[in-house]
Amino acid sequence: MLKFILRRIFLEAIPTLLVLVTVTFFLIRLAPGGPFSSEMNVPPEVKAAIEAKYQLDQPMSVQYLNYLTDLARGDLGPSFKYKDFTVNELVNKAIPVSFKLGIVAFLIALVVGVSAGVAAALRQNTWIDYSVMGVAMIGVVLPNFVLAPMLALIFAVWFKILPAGGWEGGQIQFMVLPVAVLCKHYISVIARITRGSMIEVLGSPFIRTARAKGLPMHYILRRHALKPAMLPVVSYLGPAFVGVITGSVVVETFFGIPGIGQLFINGALNRDYSMVLGLTILIGALMITFNAVVDILYGYIDPRIRIK
Amino acid sequence: MALLEVDKLNVRFATPEGEVAAVNDLSFSLEAGASIGIVGESGSGKSQTAFALMGLLAKNGRASGEVRYAGVDLLSLPEAELNLRRGAEIAMIYQDPMTSLNPYLTIGDQLTEVLQFHKGMDNRSAVAESIRMLDAVRIADAGKRMGLYPHEFSGGMRQRVVIAMALLCRPKLLIADEPTTALDVTVQAQILALLQDLRRAFSTSIILITHDLGVVAGVCDSVLVMYAGRVMEYGDARSIFQAAAHPYTRGLLHAVPRLDRRHVDATDMNSGRLNTIPGNPPNLLALPPGCPFAPRCIDRTTACLQAPPLEVFGQGRRRACHRAIGDLTDLGSPLKFTP
Repeated sequence: MLKFILRRIFLEAIPTLLVLVTVTFFLIRLAPGGPFSSEMNVPPEVKAAIEAKYQLDQPMSVQYLNYLTDLARGDLGPSFKYKDFTVNELVNKAIPVSFKLGIVAFLIALVVGVSAGVAAALRQNTWIDYSVMGVAMIGVVLPNFVLAPMLALIFAVWFKILPAGGWEGGQIQFMVLPVAVLCKHYISVIARITRGSMIEVLGSPFIRTARAKGLPMHYILRRHALKPAMLPVVSYLGPAFVGVITGSVVVETFFGIPGIGQLFINGALNRDYSMVLGLTILIGALMITFNAVVDILYGYIDPRIRIK
Repeated sequence: MALLEVDKLNVRFATPEGEVAAVNDLSFSLEAGASIGIVGESGSGKSQTAFALMGLLAKNGRASGEVRYAGVDLLSLPEAELNLRRGAEIAMIYQDPMTSLNPYLTIGDQLTEVLQFHKGMDNRSAVAESIRMLDAVRIADAGKRMGLYPHEFSGGMRQRVVIAMALLCRPKLLIADEPTTALDVTVQAQILALLQDLRRAFSTSIILITHDLGVVAGVCDSVLVMYAGRVMEYGDARSIFQAAAHPYTRGLLHAVPRLDRRHVDATDMNSGRLNTIPGNPPNLLALPPGCPFAPRCIDRTTACLQAPPLEVFGQGRRRACHRAIGDLTDLGSPLKFTP
């Protein structure tokens, strides 16, 4: 296991992240405009002073090497836009918010999605199946930027039972609508994947063997069918977990939640070089980590691919 | 009273193309401790017969008729009642040992759960009994192997595990659906010998489903030959192997490959090729009227446009053919009956 983790870190994670950093670093600098190009006409000496402070007067290769050196120490550099803050400070403040929102949405999506998928598979081609799949289809095609205002209109404006936005340290009433919008897509996808793989597993010969052994259906489902049916779901969960934590740009913007999604959007719009780079690395690292977690989970579920 | 009485069993499948009549008016009975072979080509309905007996038909399948096991009609039993008998009194062995075991659970887990459910054993005694049964099917080091997964066993070993699993509760009836088809020949012989031993040891009745007459000759007391979901011939194994009374049975016997003599094709003498029954089984969706075997039969007459009734003759033998036995082409019977 230790060998697996070490190999993952040194042969996969670090090279992947290096490529990611390099591409992002040069791409964002190639994009027209810069972090300070929107400022009013400033005297040349002030401009030179600002650029010197952020090392923008150096050749790009030097900037790149300096950035890598800082990165190796875990320093993501100063934010180009929020002048008194470093990227680390801003990200550290945003992470708990996004994680809280994301983990709640993720757990709800997992439980509801898997249950709905199993129910649909067990009652294949009945009204239960059709309604679960119908709702899931709506969930996949209905965009967040439509659902979010709809829910806000209904629950905040008409019924006045929930706030239309804000975070307030993550009190429960402020979380309901964002979580609902955020988990909608993942519930739908997980339900569809679960249904498909469960139907396939229930049709496999070893389930027939279990039935021939006289075992009751609920036991067969739990003991024999759930693990294999979860394999495709698990492989979706890694990217889904990262997505639910970092990808809630629309949700965080609409509900005014101070999370990573909002930082990312503002960083990109402001050409906040160090912010975009820092967040890209964070998301990349999360993605690599959770994909590795998925691989380990896979081995836990399927003994044939267990890591020795 | 016979242990198992199958009376006019019919199996139908609803498919988008129409209704498939997989099994038609199948009747046979099996005494305690006896064994019957159900023989036929792929698609003759023999496996679906087994699934119907076990209540394991696919969702679009329906079985009608009666299957009386110890006087109780299995087809009309509710699932919970059926579960008391499946795995305990009636057990099944499958064609493909590669896929019939759950790859995600250890052998031990898959064995002990049977005893825990049917016998209410605690884990420790279930493990001990499972190990005893693995020993009985001659798996060496059974204790150590309980913690292994199916993929860590060879094909023959897996089939032994499946057999051990089927025998855990000492069933009165064992349905073996092509138990040796997926195995190589030497393993095949071992598994068949094992079945014979176990049958003697536990006095279990066996329904052996196979397309291999050689397997039947070694194991079964009586034989039921199926074609296109219908019974062609039924009788005790000795008389069927010595004097088959149906052209299809004769064709099957004639087609058994032999290494010790040159093959004789019905049309081309001494061609050196394997004997076959020319043609293919009919499409069950569009079964022509009359005898289903007629298009491939070398003895067919115009009478065969009418479906032949299942006539009773000799000592409890049955056959579905219009022609008199004496008029049928004699293809020779290359198999020796070795009970």
